[in-house]
Amino acid sequence: MLQKLYDWVDERLDITPMWRDIADHEVPEHVNPAHHFSAFVYCFGGLTFFVVVIQILSGMFLTMYYVPDIIHAYESVYYLQNEVTHGMIVRGMHHWGASLVIVMMFLHTLRVFFTGSYKKPRELNWVVGVLLFFVILGLGFTGYLLPWDMKAYFATVVGLEIAESAPVIGGFARTLLAGGELIGAQTLARFFAIHVFFLPGALLGLLGAHFYMIRKQGISGPL
Amino acid sequence: MHRGKGMKFVGDSRVPAERKPNVPKDYSEYPGKTEAFWPNFLLREWMVGAVFLIGFLVLTVAHPAPLERVADPTDSGYIPLPDWYFLFLYQLLKYEFAAGQYTVIGAVVIPGVAFGALLLVPWLDSGKERRPLKRPIASGLMLLGVASIIFLTWESVDDHDWEAAAQQGEIVEGVEVDESAEGYEIYQSQESCIGCHGGDMLGGAAGPNIFESDYDTEEVMEIIQNGLGEMPGGQFEGSDEELETLAAFIANDGQDPDNGNGGGDDEDNNEENEED
Repeated sequence: MLQKLYDWVDERLDITPMWRDIADHEVPEHVNPAHHFSAFVYCFGGLTFFVVVIQILSGMFLTMYYVPDIIHAYESVYYLQNEVTHGMIVRGMHHWGASLVIVMMFLHTLRVFFTGSYKKPRELNWVVGVLLFFVILGLGFTGYLLPWDMKAYFATVVGLEIAESAPVIGGFARTLLAGGELIGAQTLARFFAIHVFFLPGALLGLLGAHFYMIRKQGISGPL
Repeated sequence: MHRGKGMKFVGDSRVPAERKPNVPKDYSEYPGKTEAFWPNFLLREWMVGAVFLIGFLVLTVAHPAPLERVADPTDSGYIPLPDWYFLFLYQLLKYEFAAGQYTVIGAVVIPGVAFGALLLVPWLDSGKERRPLKRPIASGLMLLGVASIIFLTWESVDDHDWEAAAQQGEIVEGVEVDESAEGYEIYQSQESCIGCHGGDMLGGAAGPNIFESDYDTEEVMEIIQNGLGEMPGGQFEGSDEELETLAAFIANDGQDPDNGNGGGDDEDNNEENEED
């Protein structure tokens, strides 16, 4: 049945080559922890992606309850945390996942650095990886404000003060992020938009480039 | 693949009618113990992923995500703290060489150089050698960077008063003020009190929530008469009996003390901002 369905689609769209590009590739011995346990360091990138998927899924469920305005934001998070069935777990996954994705990404960066995997011909993939690092830090910064509790608000005040201290573009960057003089309704709306639309869009694009390059070039050889 | 003349397509599309056999390549020809990603390695990855996910779920159930009280932009006494992964940057700005008039060094120059170097690593370290011990400058600088991040984060965590932080953010249970009490009536006649602490006694632009500090009747009277911190004394208009009734009412957490349901010993008190 499944085979028939596959053949039906394949006849029309010729998907076998695409499937080959995505799934059919080799895993060399030096990155396979089944053969050398120390190769677990090569799992960090995959685990980072795994946590990113958890973040996207849990975030999608959070937006079912979250209301991005300063009157209701806190109440909606409080309700989600204390009243909604399993709301505590979904919010917990998003909260702890945010920390975990940064830990995993940090370890992945160190692995790539210390195995010298960024060297020719993989320079561009390293650059895309560092950009992903920035995007994920940005997601952490903007997401921290959204519950609109005390620590969220004042962490953002400090963060925007730091942004403002940059020469030339500082004032512009602050106004762009805060949406005006005050850190208030506009800021929350902007951080929500950045956290839920702008940065995830950039994240998916960069991840696509990251994965395309690793598949095209293959994983770097043994040291 | 068959090309050129005689090639057949599916309908009028550009999809060739001839099918490729869907057989995975034989990776045994590759060096070492290379295996196929699909399905051999992916199954193993899924098992690792499942174990990871269970550990992660145990963490989320054991430690619910924290939520403090609703943001109050007027509470200037709150000690702010960014999320832990920004602490190193936050700590950097506390050092003299990177604060005050030099903030731009701590906020832009140092992180800019560090992250700029990270972005340009392939061109800064362009030699062919990959082993970390064979390129000591690159490895050394990276270790230095990692060590500074760990050190700064550690210092920041060490500097921060975690108990005060936990207290200042705590969710305060709403105080139900007994509006039929005599003390409440007296409060409502005091314009100077309402001016700062608000008509609901729960704090305003200039004064904190009246009930958030734990004082007994004597102490409340003392504060009303002599002031505390920014609060001026001698503003009360009325007799000494009225003052005592009001103080007892406040010390009893907004309940009429004669009704017997006592307060004054609850644990939900906030940081005593009045003493800052």
